[in-house]
Amino acid sequence: MKQTRYSITKGDLNLKNTTAALALLTGLSSQVQAQELNALVWCDHTDPALIEPFEEQFGVTVNLKEYEGTGAGLSIIEQSQPGDWDVLVIDGIDVPRAVEAGILAPLPKDQLPYDTLFPELVMADNHEIDGQVYAISEKFGYNTVSFNSDNVSAADMADMTRLWSGDFAGRLAVYDYYLPVMGMIAVGLGLKTADLKVEDLPAIEAALIALKDSAESVGDIVSSQTAIATGEVEILVGGGEFVTAGLTGEMPQLDWVIPDQGAVRWSQSIGVFADSKQPDLALEFVKYILSPEGQARLATSSCYWAMPANSAAGTVLTDEQMRALRWEDQAAYLARAQLYPAPDAELDAAMQDVWTRFLAH
Amino acid sequence: MSLRIEDRERRRAWALLAPAVLWTAVFFLLPFAIMAAMSLWQKTDDGIERTWSLVNYMTLFGNPTYIEALFNSLEITLIVTLLSILLAYPLAWIIAEEVPERYRRLALVLAVVPFWTSYIVRSYAWSLVLAKQGVLNTALEGIGLPTLDISNSRAAIVLGFTHFFTMLLTLTIYASLTQLPPNLRRAAADLGAGPWATFRHVILPLTAPGIAVGAFLSFALCIGDYVTPQILGGGNDLALPQLIMLQLGRRADLPMVAALSIVLMAVVTLAYLVVARFMKVAR
Repeated sequence: MKQTRYSITKGDLNLKNTTAALALLTGLSSQVQAQELNALVWCDHTDPALIEPFEEQFGVTVNLKEYEGTGAGLSIIEQSQPGDWDVLVIDGIDVPRAVEAGILAPLPKDQLPYDTLFPELVMADNHEIDGQVYAISEKFGYNTVSFNSDNVSAADMADMTRLWSGDFAGRLAVYDYYLPVMGMIAVGLGLKTADLKVEDLPAIEAALIALKDSAESVGDIVSSQTAIATGEVEILVGGGEFVTAGLTGEMPQLDWVIPDQGAVRWSQSIGVFADSKQPDLALEFVKYILSPEGQARLATSSCYWAMPANSAAGTVLTDEQMRALRWEDQAAYLARAQLYPAPDAELDAAMQDVWTRFLAH
Repeated sequence: MSLRIEDRERRRAWALLAPAVLWTAVFFLLPFAIMAAMSLWQKTDDGIERTWSLVNYMTLFGNPTYIEALFNSLEITLIVTLLSILLAYPLAWIIAEEVPERYRRLALVLAVVPFWTSYIVRSYAWSLVLAKQGVLNTALEGIGLPTLDISNSRAAIVLGFTHFFTMLLTLTIYASLTQLPPNLRRAAADLGAGPWATFRHVILPLTAPGIAVGAFLSFALCIGDYVTPQILGGGNDLALPQLIMLQLGRRADLPMVAALSIVLMAVVTLAYLVVARFMKVAR
């Protein structure tokens, strides 16, 4: 994880630092602090091409800290002081958890682009609590199967259970994130991710252990992407467009498919911290990310590509980018994908125990 | 008068010691005490419950996966430390005894070069070397030999660690070797000892402190390292630091993280006591 201050590359750092130092000396620190926005985000938000236009438009610096997985994000928040953060990007399914913990502030629904949001991404059950909107979807995609079409075909991937049958031993890697991969295996076993129970876990664990026996490696986004891009493996379990879309130009042989049983849909949401010291600026950032331009930049972020939640991004994306994102196929994909599992605390702990045993196997 | 001088010297000694004591108290003892206290708290759905109990330790020692991670770490660390000693001693000997004096400095610089790169860069470099289609296998294929499948494995972790710690041990053993008075070897020869007997009964015991210090440093750094197993192990071997990161990153369970860290520190302390006893400096 890293803290990134994009103003460093903009050449005005000295001026800003000098201003900040003078302001602190003269008791104007609050004004200077108002020029910085602190966001806790997934790595796709750290692309300068996404952040710099906002910084330039509002004359502010956006400080970004990236994390991977809601647990990691909550850990950072727990270790922070109230007011440290202004904007949070979080898995869509974890928004209720964040609201319950008092982390997120209500958002003004009428200022957000609900009219052009993909209907499946409204996710009112997740984002609206007691009639108040606390977050809005910004990007989505699928945890499914990425593969190298030089070595395996889409037909090979049609039956998800083949992944843990031993047919591809030593030829696959697994994305190291328990929720999507366990959700995916649940889908492969014919279970509904929304109805997962502790009693379902033994069957999922058995499949996971069999999958591990066939796996060359288990790694984070970057390691997984590297493994399939370098030919170390031919198949990435838990991958999807976020692994391959950005590499379409250089490596057209990298492909992804939703197996017959279906796949898991991930979505990330954005909201404003309840204790943000500059909620107005934070809201402007949310609105920028949800704008057609912000959405197009976020969808094609250098960290990973994926579908924007706001369909209006289609007016900004190029035809080539939309092809790489498989824009036209989204209706079919959305129909076949189930949301991430949204476990309660007990099921979450049990799932993490299973995942720890999977890693240790 | 003499008492006054003693008093003054005592005060001076304390004044000189004060910064180090303060540093240790603020940056080691205090955080350690907080961590020890936190290891006795519990994570609940509402945050951290600050009541004392041994629940985390009971969970830790009652969970086979956690015990396995501890033993994985110990096994990897002991293998790496042993291999590093076996490789470092001859290397240090060659530099100290066989390399002409004018090239010795260059040889030492070459030994130190791995320290100039970060863990991450070094580990990724090894992953490129050991990959299925990496440098090593390409070279093996080029000379008609069978390729090796050791990427993403414990062997890769051991190799990556051993590369680094061999260099560390080379430095400590080299320092011991160059401090040996040459007349000890002459005396041994005069008394009829052959090269092997001289090495075994004179040189090895006298260089043992260098081996012990290097071995302890290797042990402490190796058992606590997260990056190398993560990159070179390919998620196929769960070690204790990775378990700690899982608890921190996925569960935000700081009390369990503290308990695991205390266990890690206890293992390192035990290793220190063994080394201290070996060096007869234990008080």
